[in-house]
Amino acid sequence: MSILLDSTTRVIVQGISGKMARFHTREMIDYGTNVVGGVVPGRGGEIVEGVPVFDTVRQAVEQTQAQASLVFVPPPFAADSIMEAANCGIKYCVCITDGIPAQDMMEVKRFMLRFPKERSMMLTGPNCAGTISPGKGMIGIMPGHIYKQGNVGIIGRSGTLGYEAAAQLKKLDLGISTSVGIGGDPINGASFKDLLAKFEEDHETDIICMIGEIGGPQEAEAACFIRDYMSKPVVAYVAGLTAPKGKTMGHAGAIISAFGESASEKVEILSEAGVTIASQPGDIGQTIARTMAA
Amino acid sequence: MDIHEYQAKDLLNQFGVETPLGALAYSPEQAAYRTRELGGDRWVVKAQVHAGGRGKAGGVKICTTDSETLNACKEMFGRKIVTHQTGPEGKGIYRVYVERAVPFSAEYYLGLVLDRSSQRVMVVCSREGGMEIEEISASRPDSIIRASIDPAVGVREFQCRDMAFELGLEPGVVQSFVKTVSGCYKAFRELDATMVEINPLVLSDDGRILALDAKMTFDDNAMFRHAQVAELRDKSQEDPRECRAADRGLSYVGLEGKIGCIVNGAGLAMATMDTIKHAGGEPANFLDIGGGATPERVAKAFRLVMSDENVQAVLVNIFAGINRCDWVAEGVVQALTDDPVDVPVIVRLSGTNVEEGYRILEQSGLPIIMASSLNEAATVSVQAWKESRERTATASSSSERKSNVPSHSIETMEKLS
Repeated sequence: MSILLDSTTRVIVQGISGKMARFHTREMIDYGTNVVGGVVPGRGGEIVEGVPVFDTVRQAVEQTQAQASLVFVPPPFAADSIMEAANCGIKYCVCITDGIPAQDMMEVKRFMLRFPKERSMMLTGPNCAGTISPGKGMIGIMPGHIYKQGNVGIIGRSGTLGYEAAAQLKKLDLGISTSVGIGGDPINGASFKDLLAKFEEDHETDIICMIGEIGGPQEAEAACFIRDYMSKPVVAYVAGLTAPKGKTMGHAGAIISAFGESASEKVEILSEAGVTIASQPGDIGQTIARTMAA
Repeated sequence: MDIHEYQAKDLLNQFGVETPLGALAYSPEQAAYRTRELGGDRWVVKAQVHAGGRGKAGGVKICTTDSETLNACKEMFGRKIVTHQTGPEGKGIYRVYVERAVPFSAEYYLGLVLDRSSQRVMVVCSREGGMEIEEISASRPDSIIRASIDPAVGVREFQCRDMAFELGLEPGVVQSFVKTVSGCYKAFRELDATMVEINPLVLSDDGRILALDAKMTFDDNAMFRHAQVAELRDKSQEDPRECRAADRGLSYVGLEGKIGCIVNGAGLAMATMDTIKHAGGEPANFLDIGGGATPERVAKAFRLVMSDENVQAVLVNIFAGINRCDWVAEGVVQALTDDPVDVPVIVRLSGTNVEEGYRILEQSGLPIIMASSLNEAATVSVQAWKESRERTATASSSSERKSNVPSHSIETMEKLS
């Protein structure tokens, strides 16, 4: 199995009845993802996009043995939905929602600590495009057709920049094992480091591409992990070289507020840890190709 | 979202944090009146702007009579204050806060932030009050005391006591310090702040712990549940372009360069700016138009970018994932037909239905320069910007301006002349 999902992973969609959620549920099913149900409180018993809807995640898990969940719930209620998933034995949760209050996410992260390791949940996002293992399945909102199956692992904050990298790779006839969006929020689920550790152990992945951006400590933390524990080569691009200090650049988390949070500082820290840097976003594909050939 | 000092103090008072007696004024005359109303013999008059470093920039004055207050305020009102936090354009002074001066014997720093490493609220304090936290961490890092707060139980008294004794406070005022820190934490949590900073926090000569200054920043994403806080927004302190953009649901940051950017996705928008810089140009703005680039959205984006007089070229970079390039192209064509612009426009499309998208752009007959990759788009934009700049320069000195510009620019010019 790929690091987070494969073609058999049973997926539910929380908030499946919304217009966007329906559209993306259809896209996921068409891509081959094993979507087994949806959750909307008060709408249990309905059928949406051909799958049954349940009132609670508990019921959905009991009836469908769901293992993974996609949260498509509006910002005021999204944190609650993530906690519900964690509480009901979901193993992997992707949250797409953009605009969740940061302190709600702080509570989510605290809540997730209450479970012992064997029944803990992995969360990626919020404010991300989701996760795809090309040819197997996707939990998210990305355009599946731009991804080719292969041996490059991608971890990125930005959705569109992840698409950009996937498209560049496809042009070079290179493919992807799994591409994971970790989202642009200041407090998020899995970090670069958490996913690097997964890719390091993944037999389908030979090289990893990190797409970072300004703000926060997670790229620097990843650099330490790469230096100390990674045997596979890592390529990185960090967006925001021209971003001014103290301004939020679209993503709630993309703001330079402390030392080490600017793109140039992150690039320096990563390259000192042995990471190959793509100096421009247009060169991500080429840089990966060169590093693989070396 | 930032608020003013007087607003932060008002909020913190409601959570048990003590501050000196003060009052707000909208004019020098009102400030003088406030001075008499407050009583006492020394007052601090402070310009209310969303920026630190006011003192050094002339935004804080000590006055001993109401006529001194009047004169100090006459110099402040309507002026722009420039500090290291405002940028060169500065921030306007339209309100002042008058406070009774309080004699004190010690100054401390107290800050609460949403710490991204621990993903919790972190309380930070130091004996080096009055200095900015960046300065303290550079020059006196050993003086910084930190406490990480578990959101499940909140800030505990023992954590506050630890800090109080570490700061060297006398046992008699420790309880008052505990109350201050707890109050700040409660305000932070209940109002969805991302930062509360009291600098300095002082020990007054009469033995009280007082917040002499206060700064609060709030989570924009949580303002839907705090209408009273959201009302405190003061648009006079914000970049007018960013304000307009936010009102239209677009994410925009104005910069100093000449090449306007219209992009979908925050990461790709930053990456596009980086590429322009790499190609030898400077981006004029960050702009993420988000998903679903409808003609209306694209048109709004163009109007916004063009409202910056510095813009001499516009680069549109769209990666259509769930969107379709043909729809985006129709959006661009419609926007440019309804609202023509007089600078070169460069469009790069990628993703779903890209060929159809370029065909629509080509058939529109509009002077759009097309690029197929990110690098090419940036290079072409920088080139087009330089040509348009030269043309403008030549145009002002001579009327024979079409002679030596490349073909695609001639086309652009014919369309526009």
